[in-house]
Amino acid sequence: MKKFWNRIAGTALLPALSFLLAFVISGLFIALSDAKVLKEASHPLKFMTTALSTVGNAYLALFQGSIFDPNLAHGHTVWQGFYPLSETIVTATPLILTGLAVALAFQSGLFNIGAQGQFIFGAIGASYVGFHFHFSPVLHVFLALGAAIALSALYGGFVGLLKARTGAHEVIVTIMLNYIAGFFILWILKTTTFLRPRRIDPIAPEVNPSAQLPHLAGANFRLHAGILIALLAAYFVWWLLNRTTIGFQFRAVGANAAAAKTAGISVSRVTIATMALCGALAGLGGGVHVLGSEHALTADIGGSFGFDAITVALLGRAKPTGTVLAALLFGALRTGGRTMQSNTTTPLDIVLVIQALIVLFIAAPTLVRFIFRVKNLKTKDAMTAKGWNG
Amino acid sequence: MSLELKGITKSFGALVANDGIDLSVNRGEIHAILGENGAGKSTLMNIVYGLLQPDSGEIRVDGKVVTIHEPSDALAVGIGMVHQHFMLIPVFTVLENIVLGHESTSKIGKLKLSEAREKLLALAADFGFEIDPDAYIENLPVGVQQRVEILKALIYDAKVLILDEPTAVLTPQETDELIEVMKRLRSQGTSIIFISHKLREVKAVSDRITVIRRGKVVASADPSSSQEELASLMVGRPVNLMPDKKRPNPGAPILEVKDLVVLDPSGRPLVSDVSFTVHAGEVLAIAGVQGNGQSELAEAVVNLQAHIRGSIELGGVQLIGKSVHDSLHEGIAYVPESRELDGLIGSFSIAENLILDTHREAPYAKGITLSPKAVATRAEVQVKEFDIRAQSIQDPVTSLSGGNKQKVVLARELSRPVKLLVASQPTRGLDVGSIEFVHERILAERDAGRAVLLFSTELDEVTALADRIAVMYAGKILAIVDATVSREELGLLMAGVKK
Repeated sequence: MKKFWNRIAGTALLPALSFLLAFVISGLFIALSDAKVLKEASHPLKFMTTALSTVGNAYLALFQGSIFDPNLAHGHTVWQGFYPLSETIVTATPLILTGLAVALAFQSGLFNIGAQGQFIFGAIGASYVGFHFHFSPVLHVFLALGAAIALSALYGGFVGLLKARTGAHEVIVTIMLNYIAGFFILWILKTTTFLRPRRIDPIAPEVNPSAQLPHLAGANFRLHAGILIALLAAYFVWWLLNRTTIGFQFRAVGANAAAAKTAGISVSRVTIATMALCGALAGLGGGVHVLGSEHALTADIGGSFGFDAITVALLGRAKPTGTVLAALLFGALRTGGRTMQSNTTTPLDIVLVIQALIVLFIAAPTLVRFIFRVKNLKTKDAMTAKGWNG
Repeated sequence: MSLELKGITKSFGALVANDGIDLSVNRGEIHAILGENGAGKSTLMNIVYGLLQPDSGEIRVDGKVVTIHEPSDALAVGIGMVHQHFMLIPVFTVLENIVLGHESTSKIGKLKLSEAREKLLALAADFGFEIDPDAYIENLPVGVQQRVEILKALIYDAKVLILDEPTAVLTPQETDELIEVMKRLRSQGTSIIFISHKLREVKAVSDRITVIRRGKVVASADPSSSQEELASLMVGRPVNLMPDKKRPNPGAPILEVKDLVVLDPSGRPLVSDVSFTVHAGEVLAIAGVQGNGQSELAEAVVNLQAHIRGSIELGGVQLIGKSVHDSLHEGIAYVPESRELDGLIGSFSIAENLILDTHREAPYAKGITLSPKAVATRAEVQVKEFDIRAQSIQDPVTSLSGGNKQKVVLARELSRPVKLLVASQPTRGLDVGSIEFVHERILAERDAGRAVLLFSTELDEVTALADRIAVMYAGKILAIVDATVSREELGLLMAGVKK
């Protein structure tokens, strides 16, 4: 039992301390960028109190906007106060899946920058099956998600194939394919197949109700079954990596490709399979996003889910559980940030500062160790070290 | 200058790496420190060079106590060190590496190399080194890179030079040249601390020998002691350097290689037109100086090389065109040249490393799921059979010593049904005890009727194990000779001279 806690402390301590540090430093930014605070610069005491209350209000708004808002909960509808939490989870759901797509690639020693493009192709596949066909409810969801997975697995697997056959570096290829996906969706939304009748702006028809993911907490909340799919996917990735021969090969190639090859593991097959699976995960994210919260394909459906995924996977140390937690954190910061912006004078951009600082500290464990004077901070399996020559 | 160590003690947690070590080195003396891997030689030298701080004890230079907190302190009192793994920047020139850390610049910050160049050339001339100051390190052979390291120490007035396992990376010729260099340095008054576990070299060059075992000085030996005596002091028990070899009993041909050509990606031949046969119950050793195509030949046998032509038949089955996995499972045990790079996955546990090849087979796999229990059971058995010294089979394989790492590789490779053992430099960097184990195991495989293809650059190893010896030079097999051939003749063949 003690060993178990030591392990938890070993892996969670660095992210937790980085988190704390990021909030403290961002607090300084919030205070020092606030006009009200700066006006009191000549009165040290007043300056301090105004600064503290500004920062306090900003973080309170961040909390209210992401977890629980007492203003929404009155009388017998306390329940309703959790509306922000539902929003957080809805935002985090696609991020979990794209984050897994990056994390799994890290485990095989690959750097998947292409979650963005894979996400878009998944969204296109799910959208088309969703609006074009009519099936019975459950079946329709499965078919639409199946289309998302199949299309994006091909899209991702293509990268693996290129790398295995020609040695083309996956970082370059996936970056380029992100552009292709971005322009492809612009084009496809102009075709008669995809453009919604009587519309000129790029939007596809709404997916049929039978293909929409069911709500989990009633119609007042946007929370949908996508989170269950994402958690299932995270469990699947953990199981694959730790309990199967395929995952064993993935990890072996990721840790030492030369030794894996010498022992008879086919590195090219692992590369192709990994990229196809990563594509499938990101694509599933796109599908879940369309069927669960957006219900219609638009040109900017991808948002920055694929790019934030890289940060999420790094923050989650390329482990499934870590990725889920990191995605939830990012979801909370994003939804909470909007409330913070509208309720206080603190701009949404401060959320980016917080995110950036967390990642910065995670990447610089020596700094965190120095600041908090802790020894034995676990830094060994940081996945960032591999990079270009990997 | 003389160097004296008194009661040096250093522990890491519960492990006492150095336990009250006394040692003295006189001016112009080559003092060998002999000990197995993990005996505490490197710890001691890192203390002298300031990379580690001792828990207690003192260091005296010319009778005066000095404190050495970091390498620059060591250099200041005249102690220089050449590490086993060179500390050179491959894309810099020789001269740039020499001035590194001591750059002098003009007023506007331009590097001034002319002074250093003159000094370097003068020093090189003094010792009779031929060295091009403008050559890039990455283009130089290992032996020359080592000379750059030595010059780097000397140019900053090192009077005591620590050479940490300097011959581990050298070919026999380069080793001979290094020994000459060491003798020349001695005659000019430089003291040398020579760390090694290679007995022949230690005997050839040292004036005094101190043997360290488990962190303690166990003996001072004379260079005239026999190799067996030195080895026994090192290991702490009688050692048999020449394994007992039964008469060979060769059977049917197992591996038949015909007209094999291995090309590099640009089409240049690395191995050209090589043909040989290995029979059951026989050890064929491929000898040669490092870099004459042996590595590529070894890899080609298990299809790790991409561009090969010719024929490789194992028990009548053509291997060319098969995958690595299929080649291995035709019945080859393959011990790669580099344990760390190609043999093992450092971050994986011992148990996981033991199933790298067979993880898809029962009982370790059921369908696509792995059975951790079956993997662990098998690992426990093999750890016992191969005497792998580990705290737990779940420990990462990097936590093991070199000898135990090699045992993990052997345990994995020899547990498949095997007709042929291909072992490439199987004892490189191992200590005496582990070498003994590996040699006995190789001969046991031979006596059990398997064919053994041994690649080794160590002449001692080749003559101890082989029944026949093929010498490779410039990608070709120059001759296949009987194991009774003289050392001199082998040396000539390795240098490319064919009578």
